[in-house]
Amino acid sequence: MPATFTRHPTEIERKDPGIGGKPPVDRRPTGGGGDGENWDNQPHGRNGPRELLIRYRLGVMFALAGDLMFFVALVSAFFVRQTTGHFDVHDNFINDWRPLAVPPILWLNTAVLLLSSAAMEMARRQLFHEIDVMEEWLGLGRPAVKRAAPWLVAALVLGVMFLAGQWIAWEQLVREGFRFTSPDPSSHFFYLITGIHGLHLVMGIFALVAALVGLFTLKKIELRQIAVDSVAWYWHTMGLFWVFLFVLLVFFQ
Amino acid sequence: MSRIFSRIFTTDHRRLGILYLYLALAAVVVGTVLSLLMRIHRVWPDAVIPFFGVMKPEDYLALVTMHGTLMVFFVLTTAPQSGFANLVLPAQIGAQRMAFPHINAAGFWLTVVAFLVLISGGHIHGGAAISGWSMYPPLSALSASGPGQGLGVDLWLISIGIFCIAAWLSAVNMLATILAERRAGMTWSRLPMTVWGWMVASILTLLVFAVLLAAVILLFSDRHFGSSFFIPMGDMINGRVVGHGDGSPLLWLHLFWFFGHPEVYIAVLPGMGLATSLFANFCRRRVIGYRTLAGGLVAIGLLGLAVWGHHMFVSGMNPYAGTAFAMVTMAIAVPSTIEVIGWLAMLWGGGMQLRTPMLFALGFLSFFIAGGLTGPLLAQPALDAYLHNTFFVVAHFHLVMGMAGVFSVFAGIYYWFPLMTGRLMNETLGKLHFWISLIAAYGTFFPMHFAGLAGEPRHYDRLAGPAISFPSLIPVERGITFSALLLGAAQLIFLWNVYISARRGKPAEANPWRATTLEWNDGALPNRIERGPYEYEFPPDEGGLHLQWESAAKQE
Amino acid sequence: MLAASSLLEIARVAGTNIAAKVSPNVKWMPADGALHGQIVDRLMFWNLAALCAIALVGHLWLVFAVLRRRKASGNFPTAVRWGLIAAFCAMYAWMALTAQRQWAANRYTGPSLTAMHVEVVGEQFQWYFRYPGADATFGVTRSQLVDAAAGNPLGLDPRDPHSADDVVTSVLVLPAGQEVDLQLRSLDVIHGFFIPGMRLKQNTVPGQVLHIHFTPAVAGTYPILCSQVCGMGHARMQARLEVVSPADFAAWMEARVNQRERARTGETAK
Repeated sequence: MPATFTRHPTEIERKDPGIGGKPPVDRRPTGGGGDGENWDNQPHGRNGPRELLIRYRLGVMFALAGDLMFFVALVSAFFVRQTTGHFDVHDNFINDWRPLAVPPILWLNTAVLLLSSAAMEMARRQLFHEIDVMEEWLGLGRPAVKRAAPWLVAALVLGVMFLAGQWIAWEQLVREGFRFTSPDPSSHFFYLITGIHGLHLVMGIFALVAALVGLFTLKKIELRQIAVDSVAWYWHTMGLFWVFLFVLLVFFQ
Repeated sequence: MSRIFSRIFTTDHRRLGILYLYLALAAVVVGTVLSLLMRIHRVWPDAVIPFFGVMKPEDYLALVTMHGTLMVFFVLTTAPQSGFANLVLPAQIGAQRMAFPHINAAGFWLTVVAFLVLISGGHIHGGAAISGWSMYPPLSALSASGPGQGLGVDLWLISIGIFCIAAWLSAVNMLATILAERRAGMTWSRLPMTVWGWMVASILTLLVFAVLLAAVILLFSDRHFGSSFFIPMGDMINGRVVGHGDGSPLLWLHLFWFFGHPEVYIAVLPGMGLATSLFANFCRRRVIGYRTLAGGLVAIGLLGLAVWGHHMFVSGMNPYAGTAFAMVTMAIAVPSTIEVIGWLAMLWGGGMQLRTPMLFALGFLSFFIAGGLTGPLLAQPALDAYLHNTFFVVAHFHLVMGMAGVFSVFAGIYYWFPLMTGRLMNETLGKLHFWISLIAAYGTFFPMHFAGLAGEPRHYDRLAGPAISFPSLIPVERGITFSALLLGAAQLIFLWNVYISARRGKPAEANPWRATTLEWNDGALPNRIERGPYEYEFPPDEGGLHLQWESAAKQE
Repeated sequence: MLAASSLLEIARVAGTNIAAKVSPNVKWMPADGALHGQIVDRLMFWNLAALCAIALVGHLWLVFAVLRRRKASGNFPTAVRWGLIAAFCAMYAWMALTAQRQWAANRYTGPSLTAMHVEVVGEQFQWYFRYPGADATFGVTRSQLVDAAAGNPLGLDPRDPHSADDVVTSVLVLPAGQEVDLQLRSLDVIHGFFIPGMRLKQNTVPGQVLHIHFTPAVAGTYPILCSQVCGMGHARMQARLEVVSPADFAAWMEARVNQRERARTGETAK
């Protein structure tokens, strides 16, 4: 079996060359002074067709786990900074946090990004349609690519629109007098959080373009699947991060 | 030309591992020289040092900062983690290659860039940063706060930012490799302990370097973009009020030590795994309580994420938080004790072969005991309130992280040298190196406990101050310096040994230590691994070695 | 039940007696001058003694194992292994609880109402101490007014009536036997306020006012150090604590007040 369907992982238990066709018995499991430990005796790391896909998915997931901690650090700094202050000469507690009214266009941007994520998911699913994938693997044309490409383009366009919307939001804020260098901590955090998230999306846009190019140039269906799948998980996670950051910026000022 | 290019910018993990070791070697040489300069200055403060002149206080602090940064980031993080894991991790789990060779290579070259940026800090106007490797703001946030706090701190921040990204990339690669690339049958309970060490260290790397990167970005923004995350209101430097927002210096301490404490475990967990392997190998005895020891490594890693506040007992943190962190810190002593007792139980039976790698692993254990035991002492806020930032702490972490970490790296180099060069390292020179290093390391770091108990703070460029000059410590300080010079000199034996053994060493057979783990296999691997990593307890008359790469069925 | 509790009580009393008899100081530490220091020193001693003993036993174990050339058959008994681990856990619990009691006593509660108040201000690279004077209230300070050359290193606001009688010194003088509450500030960077002889350490953090209280018991002179790297003058950022008898303290304070008054009248005369 060649290609990589989501539905039926094709794992055939390899016949063991042991005596009498019995599965091998682990008589001497590791360590523990022979207290019969056998943590998991499951086959693992089989070089099956999905191995490459799993590897890339794992890579993306681990990278995003680190990224999550990065944003967690920023958000915790946000909450700490919100409550820090000083005592003035009359012993009043003064805090310089002034809530920032987030430009309303962010609501629109959020909707656009969610739509983009939905389009991305459609594109990803096209590449795992069993019949289409089979056809592509047999070399009978590229139905999956043909169906996925428009969704991918839609995700790309919506992503660019989101970034443009963020840019407009920044311009509106600048017009109201909130710059990064202005002394308000809330505007520092707004620019920092949206800026770093935007930077992630710019990288995502590049990845999307690369996946789109890969869709047409990569020779193997497995690689095309991996290209779209990896970018899709990244894109979804960025969408999810944005929802959290957006809620933070709007409701926790 | 292109061959040279592809040889340097290789994606082969073994070559990358060796390159990491070269990088760590460069860093450790620089870091050691810096520390020896500091030691000389402390004992002879007015001496004119060649190529350096008379050391000014800011020079001393710059040396401290660079020494700490180099050793922690570029030696103890790169060598045991990236260096050895690249060298043998794929082989140990029966994989052909790393999961992401290009990301792996990118991680290495970013580390090189970070190293060069950091080193360049010593050559700029104003010199390198002087605020210590923990870079507490506002000292580090305001360039007017001292020489080296301008461009020096900027370069430090850029270097560490790059290093964070590099560490993140290599951790992603490492984890994906361990999870996805294992050969069939390489179950969790058949992983060599080194792999457990690398895996837990990689998870920590992934989680904590991201936080450090965020902190570095915030600090950089405070320095250059007028924000005030860490600078409090009304803060003044040199008679000028610069603080214009309600920033909190303690926020940096929290973010930094959330990274800084797990970093210690990143440095020492691979060494713990390696020591376990070597004890099993040279005692010809299986690992006692494999599951307990592996679980202990995981527990140390997880608890290690929740103890950062023990660096901050007297920092102005809420005393109730101090109690909580003290309790978690005391809890982390339990898995550490489980590890040590497991090792001691393995060694108890005796009959060990005292080859050089084993000696260094025993040295690791000795330092881990001696340095680790002061951990529960320092975890008590009431006592730490006296010992915090004194030389007692310096002694503690130089023994348990510095020396234990470095000895595990030496053990790894002596052990895996045949895999790098096909030759064994010279045993006589190796043993000489070990004994001199062991004695000199204790001579250097053990007396620091006394200096700390006497109340001598860290980061003092000279003992004689306006109010106290610690007269009783002068002979101790002298002894420490002589011992440190001896320790430094002993490493020349090691360098000579590496040089001579790589050229003319005894050619090694395929499995010179008669190890059972897969990195020593030079033939074809079976499709399925059917053995544990440490099945040593079979004398030759009972059927010889039970190698991990042999099928269990064949033996029967 | 009763037997168990009385046994515990006997053990506790015996333990306290032994600890009181054998409550030596750690030789390397400077002589203790604070009331709470005795407990710290005792804890330190017993901790160090226990840890040294364990380190020694561990290394003897290692040496024995290395010298044991013949390989013993069989594994190390599991029960002993876990027994040792349990013993260590008990020791860690003892350490955590004893130290916690001391920490709570020092830091969870504020000073008594009769405590004397002194402000400690760290600045690159100098310690200043401010006494509130007769009105027992610290005057207002503003960082804009800081001018050490003009004799106002802390930025006291002359318009504030409370600041008129504040006494600013560079030596910390305290009466023996009187509890004192230090309020610590920093003008610029983080410093570490450390009096080894008083077993006292607390960072001073700019933007924060932190309190620490203790009772100096033994008259004498104690060095005050900076324990947190604060810039190029870190090693020289030192001051002295002088613990004197209450009478001497009163005399010293009066002299300081007179000196300040003379300076002030001299200024107005000009």
